[in-house]
Amino acid sequence: MTPTNRPLSPHLQVYRPQLTSVLSITHRATGVFLALGAPVLVYWFWAVADGADAFAASQEIFGGILGRAAVFMWCYALFYHLLNGIRHLLWDAGLGLDIPVLYKSGWVVVAASVGLTVFTWLLGYAARGGAG
Amino acid sequence: MVEFTLPANSKIKKGLTHPEPQEAESIKRFKIYRWDPDAGENPRTDMYTLDTDRCGPMVLDALIKIKNEVDPTLTFRRSCREGICGSCAMNIDGTNTLACTKPIDEVNGDVKIYPLPHMPVVKDLVPDLTHFYAQYASIKPWLQSKTAAPPDRERLQSKEERSRLDGLYECILCACCSTSCPSYWWNGDRYLGPATLLQAYRWIVDSRDEATGERLDELEDPFRLYRCHTIMNCSRTCPKSLNPGRAIAEIKKLLVSRR
Repeated sequence: MTPTNRPLSPHLQVYRPQLTSVLSITHRATGVFLALGAPVLVYWFWAVADGADAFAASQEIFGGILGRAAVFMWCYALFYHLLNGIRHLLWDAGLGLDIPVLYKSGWVVVAASVGLTVFTWLLGYAARGGAG
Repeated sequence: MVEFTLPANSKIKKGLTHPEPQEAESIKRFKIYRWDPDAGENPRTDMYTLDTDRCGPMVLDALIKIKNEVDPTLTFRRSCREGICGSCAMNIDGTNTLACTKPIDEVNGDVKIYPLPHMPVVKDLVPDLTHFYAQYASIKPWLQSKTAAPPDRERLQSKEERSRLDGLYECILCACCSTSCPSYWWNGDRYLGPATLLQAYRWIVDSRDEATGERLDELEDPFRLYRCHTIMNCSRTCPKSLNPGRAIAEIKKLLVSRR
Protein backbone atom coordinates (compact mmCIF):
# COMPACT_ATOMS: atom_id res chain seq x y z
CA MET A 1 0.00 0.00 0.00
CA THR A 2 1.30 3.45 -0.84
CA PRO A 3 1.06 6.10 1.88
CA THR A 4 -0.78 8.43 -0.51
CA ASN A 5 -3.85 6.22 -0.19
CA ARG A 6 -4.00 6.96 3.48
CA PRO A 7 -6.90 9.12 4.64
CA LEU A 8 -6.22 12.33 6.52
CA SER A 9 -7.48 12.16 10.09
CA PRO A 10 -10.19 14.72 10.97
CA HIS A 11 -8.96 18.02 12.45
CA LEU A 12 -11.28 21.07 12.54
CA GLN A 13 -14.18 18.65 12.29
CA VAL A 14 -13.43 17.05 15.67
CA TYR A 15 -11.14 19.38 17.62
CA ARG A 16 -12.97 21.09 20.46
CA PRO A 17 -13.14 24.89 20.08
CA GLN A 18 -11.50 26.38 23.16
CA LEU A 19 -10.47 29.79 24.42
CA THR A 20 -6.91 29.42 23.09
CA SER A 21 -7.86 28.75 19.48
CA VAL A 22 -11.08 30.79 19.38
CA LEU A 23 -9.40 34.00 20.60
CA SER A 24 -6.53 33.39 18.18
CA ILE A 25 -8.75 33.09 15.11
CA THR A 26 -10.79 36.06 16.35
CA HIS A 27 -7.57 38.09 16.51
CA ARG A 28 -6.86 37.26 12.89
CA ALA A 29 -10.47 37.87 11.80
CA THR A 30 -10.62 41.27 13.54
CA GLY A 31 -7.27 42.16 11.96
CA VAL A 32 -8.57 41.38 8.47
CA PHE A 33 -11.82 43.24 9.21
CA LEU A 34 -9.90 46.31 10.42
CA ALA A 35 -7.77 46.27 7.27
CA LEU A 36 -10.98 46.28 5.22
CA GLY A 37 -12.15 49.21 7.33
CA ALA A 38 -9.05 51.28 6.63
CA PRO A 39 -10.16 52.47 3.15
CA VAL A 40 -13.62 53.21 4.59
CA LEU A 41 -11.98 55.39 7.23
CA VAL A 42 -9.99 57.12 4.50
CA TYR A 43 -13.23 57.74 2.60
CA TRP A 44 -14.71 59.32 5.71
CA PHE A 45 -11.67 61.57 6.22
CA TRP A 46 -11.87 62.51 2.57
CA ALA A 47 -15.57 63.37 2.97
CA VAL A 48 -14.77 65.56 5.98
CA ALA A 49 -12.06 67.36 4.03
CA ASP A 50 -14.03 67.71 0.78
CA GLY A 51 -16.85 69.80 2.16
CA ALA A 52 -20.44 69.88 3.33
CA ASP A 53 -21.99 67.91 0.47
CA ALA A 54 -19.55 65.01 0.62
CA PHE A 55 -19.77 64.95 4.41
CA ALA A 56 -23.58 64.87 4.30
CA ALA A 57 -23.39 61.95 1.86
CA SER A 58 -21.04 60.05 4.15
CA GLN A 59 -23.31 60.73 7.11
CA GLU A 60 -26.15 59.29 5.08
CA ILE A 61 -24.19 56.03 4.79
CA PHE A 62 -22.78 55.81 8.30
CA GLY A 63 -25.97 57.09 9.96
CA GLY A 64 -28.21 54.36 8.55
CA ILE A 65 -28.87 51.15 10.44
CA LEU A 66 -26.43 49.14 8.30
CA GLY A 67 -23.82 51.87 8.53
CA ARG A 68 -24.11 52.03 12.28
CA ALA A 69 -23.94 48.25 12.57
CA ALA A 70 -20.75 48.22 10.50
CA VAL A 71 -19.15 51.00 12.52
CA PHE A 72 -20.18 49.22 15.73
CA MET A 73 -18.44 46.05 14.54
CA TRP A 74 -15.33 47.99 13.53
CA CYS A 75 -15.35 49.58 16.95
CA TYR A 76 -15.48 46.14 18.59
CA ALA A 77 -12.80 44.78 16.26
CA LEU A 78 -10.55 47.71 17.13
CA PHE A 79 -10.86 47.18 20.89
CA TYR A 80 -10.51 43.40 20.63
CA HIS A 81 -7.48 43.58 18.35
CA LEU A 82 -5.88 46.26 20.52
CA LEU A 83 -6.37 44.40 23.79
CA ASN A 84 -5.44 40.98 22.43
CA GLY A 85 -2.47 42.64 20.73
CA ILE A 86 -1.25 43.75 24.14
CA ARG A 87 -1.63 40.13 25.22
CA HIS A 88 0.54 39.09 22.27
CA LEU A 89 3.18 41.68 23.23
CA LEU A 90 3.33 40.29 26.76
CA TRP A 91 3.69 36.74 25.39
CA ASP A 92 6.51 37.88 23.12
CA ALA A 93 8.20 39.22 26.24
CA GLY A 94 7.78 35.74 27.76
CA LEU A 95 5.03 36.77 30.19
CA GLY A 96 1.64 35.17 30.93
CA LEU A 97 2.26 31.93 29.06
CA ASP A 98 1.03 29.60 31.81
CA ILE A 99 -2.33 28.16 30.82
CA PRO A 100 -4.26 29.40 33.92
CA VAL A 101 -2.87 32.96 33.45
CA LEU A 102 -3.53 32.74 29.72
CA TYR A 103 -7.17 31.83 30.35
CA LYS A 104 -7.60 34.72 32.80
CA SER A 105 -6.07 37.24 30.39
CA GLY A 106 -8.24 35.78 27.61
CA TRP A 107 -11.46 36.33 29.52
CA VAL A 108 -10.30 39.82 30.51
CA VAL A 109 -9.86 40.64 26.80
CA VAL A 110 -13.32 39.27 25.98
CA ALA A 111 -15.01 41.23 28.78
CA ALA A 112 -13.00 44.43 28.31
CA SER A 113 -13.48 44.54 24.53
CA VAL A 114 -17.26 44.23 24.93
CA GLY A 115 -17.27 46.69 27.83
CA LEU A 116 -15.18 49.34 26.04
CA THR A 117 -17.26 49.06 22.88
CA VAL A 118 -20.54 49.52 24.74
CA PHE A 119 -19.01 52.35 26.81
CA THR A 120 -17.77 54.13 23.70
CA TRP A 121 -21.19 53.97 22.07
CA LEU A 122 -23.01 55.11 25.19
CA LEU A 123 -20.54 57.99 25.39
CA GLY A 124 -21.12 58.78 21.71
CA TYR A 125 -24.91 58.80 22.01
CA ALA A 126 -24.72 60.81 25.23
CA ALA A 127 -22.51 63.38 23.49
CA ARG A 128 -25.01 63.89 20.68
CA GLY A 129 -27.96 63.80 23.07
CA GLY A 130 -29.82 60.64 22.09
CA ALA A 131 -29.96 57.94 19.44
CA GLY A 132 -31.67 60.13 16.78
CA MET B 1 -1.97 24.99 2.93
CA VAL B 2 -5.17 25.82 4.74
CA GLU B 3 -7.84 23.31 3.80
CA PHE B 4 -10.85 23.31 6.08
CA THR B 5 -12.56 20.19 4.71
CA LEU B 6 -11.30 16.64 4.48
CA PRO B 7 -10.19 15.14 1.14
CA ALA B 8 -12.77 12.90 -0.56
CA ASN B 9 -11.09 9.67 0.56
CA SER B 10 -11.03 10.89 4.19
CA LYS B 11 -14.65 11.90 4.68
CA ILE B 12 -16.15 9.95 7.56
CA LYS B 13 -19.10 7.67 6.77
CA LYS B 14 -21.70 6.28 9.15
CA GLY B 15 -20.42 3.10 10.76
CA LEU B 16 -21.57 0.00 12.59
CA THR B 17 -23.33 -0.12 15.95
CA HIS B 18 -22.21 -3.04 18.09
CA PRO B 19 -24.79 -4.63 20.45
CA GLU B 20 -25.17 -3.36 24.01
CA PRO B 21 -24.08 -5.60 26.91
CA GLN B 22 -26.84 -7.46 28.76
CA GLU B 23 -27.85 -6.54 32.33
CA ALA B 24 -25.48 -3.60 32.51
CA GLU B 25 -26.10 -0.82 35.03
CA SER B 26 -23.52 1.79 34.03
CA ILE B 27 -23.62 2.18 30.29
CA LYS B 28 -21.09 4.23 28.35
CA ARG B 29 -21.02 4.53 24.59
CA PHE B 30 -17.78 4.87 22.62
CA LYS B 31 -17.81 6.33 19.12
CA ILE B 32 -14.54 5.28 17.52
CA TYR B 33 -12.90 6.21 14.19
CA ARG B 34 -12.23 3.18 12.00
CA TRP B 35 -10.31 2.82 8.78
CA ASP B 36 -9.19 -0.44 7.23
CA PRO B 37 -6.43 -0.08 4.61
CA ASP B 38 -7.47 -3.37 2.98
CA ALA B 39 -11.18 -2.59 2.57
CA GLY B 40 -10.83 0.24 0.04
CA GLU B 41 -13.59 2.22 1.77
CA ASN B 42 -13.78 5.59 3.46
CA PRO B 43 -13.24 5.90 7.22
CA ARG B 44 -16.28 5.44 9.44
CA THR B 45 -17.17 5.76 13.12
CA ASP B 46 -18.34 2.63 14.93
CA MET B 47 -20.39 2.69 18.12
CA TYR B 48 -19.49 0.38 20.99
CA THR B 49 -21.34 0.17 24.31
CA LEU B 50 -19.63 -0.96 27.50
CA ASP B 51 -20.65 -1.65 31.07
CA THR B 52 -18.24 0.63 32.90
CA ASP B 53 -18.74 -1.34 36.15
CA ARG B 54 -16.87 -4.15 34.39
CA CYS B 55 -14.14 -1.99 32.90
CA GLY B 56 -11.03 -0.22 34.16
CA PRO B 57 -11.23 3.53 34.77
CA MET B 58 -9.26 4.85 31.79
CA VAL B 59 -10.18 5.21 28.13
CA LEU B 60 -7.35 2.80 27.27
CA ASP B 61 -8.99 0.19 29.55
CA ALA B 62 -12.15 0.58 27.48
CA LEU B 63 -10.26 0.25 24.18
CA ILE B 64 -8.54 -2.92 25.39
CA LYS B 65 -11.84 -4.33 26.64
CA ILE B 66 -13.46 -3.65 23.26
CA LYS B 67 -10.54 -5.30 21.45
CA ASN B 68 -10.59 -8.33 23.78
CA GLU B 69 -14.32 -8.89 24.09
CA VAL B 70 -16.22 -7.10 21.32
CA ASP B 71 -14.17 -6.44 18.21
CA PRO B 72 -10.64 -7.82 17.81
CA THR B 73 -10.14 -5.81 14.61
CA LEU B 74 -9.95 -2.49 16.49
CA THR B 75 -6.39 -1.22 16.08
CA PHE B 76 -4.51 1.22 18.29
CA ARG B 77 -1.03 1.70 19.76
CA ARG B 78 -0.43 1.18 23.46
CA SER B 79 2.40 0.08 25.66
CA CYS B 80 3.16 1.37 29.15
CA ARG B 81 -0.44 2.21 30.25
CA GLU B 82 0.96 4.81 32.67
CA GLY B 83 1.59 7.95 30.61
CA ILE B 84 5.31 7.53 30.02
CA CYS B 85 5.62 5.96 26.57
CA GLY B 86 3.28 8.22 24.59
CA SER B 87 2.03 5.41 22.36
CA CYS B 88 -1.70 5.80 23.02
CA ALA B 89 -1.90 9.50 22.09
CA MET B 90 -5.23 10.16 20.37
CA ASN B 91 -8.06 12.66 20.13
CA ILE B 92 -10.53 11.92 22.92
CA ASP B 93 -13.61 14.08 23.55
CA GLY B 94 -12.25 16.77 21.23
CA THR B 95 -8.75 17.23 22.62
CA ASN B 96 -5.53 15.29 22.25
CA THR B 97 -4.38 13.23 25.20
CA LEU B 98 -3.12 9.82 26.27
CA ALA B 99 -5.86 7.19 26.45
CA CYS B 100 -4.11 5.58 29.41
CA THR B 101 -4.29 8.65 31.65
CA LYS B 102 -7.71 9.94 30.53
CA PRO B 103 -10.46 8.80 32.92
CA ILE B 104 -13.64 7.66 31.16
CA ASP B 105 -15.84 9.52 33.66
CA GLU B 106 -14.20 12.85 32.76
CA VAL B 107 -16.10 12.65 29.47
CA ASN B 108 -19.70 13.86 29.41
CA GLY B 109 -21.93 11.83 27.10
CA ASP B 110 -20.51 9.51 24.45
CA VAL B 111 -16.75 9.10 24.34
CA LYS B 112 -15.65 10.15 20.85
CA ILE B 113 -12.24 8.83 19.85
CA TYR B 114 -10.30 9.82 16.73
CA PRO B 115 -6.65 9.45 15.69
CA LEU B 116 -4.34 12.44 16.28
CA PRO B 117 -5.73 15.20 14.01
CA HIS B 118 -4.56 16.04 10.48
CA MET B 119 -2.25 13.04 10.12
CA PRO B 120 -2.15 10.23 7.54
CA VAL B 121 -3.91 7.22 9.04
CA VAL B 122 -2.20 3.81 8.93
CA LYS B 123 -5.20 2.01 10.41
CA ASP B 124 -8.02 2.98 12.82
CA LEU B 125 -6.41 5.02 15.63
CA VAL B 126 -2.83 4.60 14.38
CA PRO B 127 -1.41 7.72 12.68
CA ASP B 128 1.71 7.75 10.51
CA LEU B 129 4.32 9.64 12.56
CA THR B 130 7.19 9.27 10.05
CA HIS B 131 7.31 12.98 9.20
CA PHE B 132 6.97 13.96 12.86
CA TYR B 133 9.98 11.81 13.80
CA ALA B 134 11.98 13.11 10.82
CA GLN B 135 11.35 16.66 12.05
CA TYR B 136 12.54 15.65 15.51
CA ALA B 137 15.72 14.17 14.01
CA SER B 138 16.28 17.37 12.01
CA ILE B 139 16.98 19.42 15.16
CA LYS B 140 19.82 17.02 16.10
CA PRO B 141 18.45 16.00 19.47
CA TRP B 142 21.77 15.03 21.02
CA LEU B 143 24.58 16.77 22.89
CA GLN B 144 26.95 18.55 20.51
CA SER B 145 30.29 19.71 21.89
CA LYS B 146 33.51 21.02 20.39
CA THR B 147 35.66 20.85 23.51
CA ALA B 148 36.78 17.46 24.78
CA ALA B 149 35.09 16.07 27.86
CA PRO B 150 37.15 16.25 31.07
CA PRO B 151 39.34 13.09 31.16
CA ASP B 152 38.43 12.11 34.71
CA ARG B 153 34.69 12.88 34.99
CA GLU B 154 31.42 13.67 33.19
CA ARG B 155 30.45 17.09 31.87
CA LEU B 156 29.01 18.45 35.09
CA GLN B 157 26.18 20.92 35.52
CA SER B 158 25.34 23.16 38.46
CA LYS B 159 21.95 22.62 40.06
CA GLU B 160 20.81 25.88 38.50
CA GLU B 161 21.94 24.79 35.01
CA ARG B 162 20.22 21.46 35.44
CA SER B 163 16.99 23.09 36.61
CA ARG B 164 16.67 24.87 33.24
CA LEU B 165 15.87 21.48 31.71
CA ASP B 166 12.88 20.95 34.02
CA GLY B 167 9.65 21.10 32.08
CA LEU B 168 11.54 20.13 28.92
CA TYR B 169 13.18 16.76 29.49
CA GLU B 170 9.86 15.23 30.58
CA CYS B 171 8.47 15.40 27.03
CA ILE B 172 7.61 11.90 25.77
CA LEU B 173 7.12 12.90 22.09
CA CYS B 174 3.53 11.66 22.02
CA ALA B 175 2.71 14.32 19.35
CA CYS B 176 -0.45 15.48 21.16
CA CYS B 177 0.72 19.11 21.06
CA SER B 178 1.89 19.25 17.46
CA THR B 179 -1.32 17.67 16.17
CA SER B 180 -3.46 20.07 18.24
CA CYS B 181 -1.87 23.07 16.53
CA PRO B 182 -3.85 24.59 13.61
CA SER B 183 -0.61 26.09 12.31
CA TYR B 184 0.92 22.60 12.22
CA TRP B 185 -2.21 21.33 10.46
CA TRP B 186 -1.86 23.87 7.65
CA ASN B 187 1.94 24.05 7.41
CA GLY B 188 3.20 20.86 9.05
CA ASP B 189 5.30 20.07 5.99
CA ARG B 190 7.64 22.95 6.84
CA TYR B 191 6.68 24.19 10.32
CA LEU B 192 8.44 22.05 12.93
CA GLY B 193 5.55 22.17 15.42
CA PRO B 194 5.52 22.53 19.22
CA ALA B 195 6.93 19.12 20.17
CA THR B 196 10.03 19.41 17.99
CA LEU B 197 10.56 23.06 18.96
CA LEU B 198 10.32 22.23 22.67
CA GLN B 199 13.01 19.62 22.07
CA ALA B 200 15.10 22.13 20.12
CA TYR B 201 14.87 24.50 23.10
CA ARG B 202 15.81 21.65 25.46
CA TRP B 203 19.20 21.41 23.68
CA ILE B 204 19.60 25.18 23.25
CA VAL B 205 19.41 25.77 27.02
CA ASP B 206 21.55 22.74 27.95
CA SER B 207 24.69 24.23 29.55
CA ARG B 208 26.81 21.35 28.21
CA ASP B 209 25.78 21.84 24.58
CA GLU B 210 28.15 23.96 22.47
CA ALA B 211 26.13 24.23 19.25
CA THR B 212 23.67 26.87 20.51
CA GLY B 213 24.46 29.32 17.69
CA GLU B 214 24.06 26.72 14.95
CA ARG B 215 20.83 25.47 16.52
CA LEU B 216 19.40 29.01 16.54
CA ASP B 217 20.58 29.55 12.94
CA GLU B 218 18.66 26.46 11.87
CA LEU B 219 15.47 27.72 13.53
CA GLU B 220 15.61 31.30 12.22
CA ASP B 221 13.18 30.64 9.41
CA PRO B 222 9.70 31.96 8.58
CA PHE B 223 8.32 28.43 8.50
CA ARG B 224 10.38 26.19 10.79
CA LEU B 225 9.86 28.46 13.83
CA TYR B 226 7.77 31.48 12.97
CA ARG B 227 4.62 29.65 11.90
CA CYS B 228 3.94 29.63 15.65
CA HIS B 229 1.30 32.33 16.24
CA THR B 230 0.97 31.67 19.98
CA ILE B 231 -2.40 29.94 19.59
CA MET B 232 -1.39 27.84 22.62
CA ASN B 233 -3.52 24.77 21.88
CA CYS B 234 -0.25 22.89 22.44
CA SER B 235 0.21 23.82 26.08
CA ARG B 236 -3.52 23.45 26.70
CA THR B 237 -3.52 19.84 25.53
CA CYS B 238 -0.13 18.49 26.73
CA PRO B 239 -0.89 15.33 28.76
CA LYS B 240 2.33 15.87 30.72
CA SER B 241 1.34 19.48 31.57
CA LEU B 242 4.42 20.85 29.83
CA ASN B 243 4.45 24.22 28.06
CA PRO B 244 5.74 23.96 24.49
CA GLY B 245 4.26 27.39 23.71
CA ARG B 246 6.52 28.95 26.31
CA ALA B 247 9.57 27.09 24.96
CA ILE B 248 8.86 28.51 21.50
CA ALA B 249 8.45 32.02 22.95
CA GLU B 250 11.84 31.62 24.66
CA ILE B 251 13.47 30.61 21.36
CA LYS B 252 11.99 33.70 19.69
CA LYS B 253 13.35 35.84 22.54
CA LEU B 254 16.83 34.34 22.13
CA LEU B 255 16.76 35.06 18.40
CA VAL B 256 15.85 38.70 19.03
CA SER B 257 18.35 39.23 21.83
CA ARG B 258 21.33 37.84 19.91
CA ARG B 259 20.95 40.36 17.08
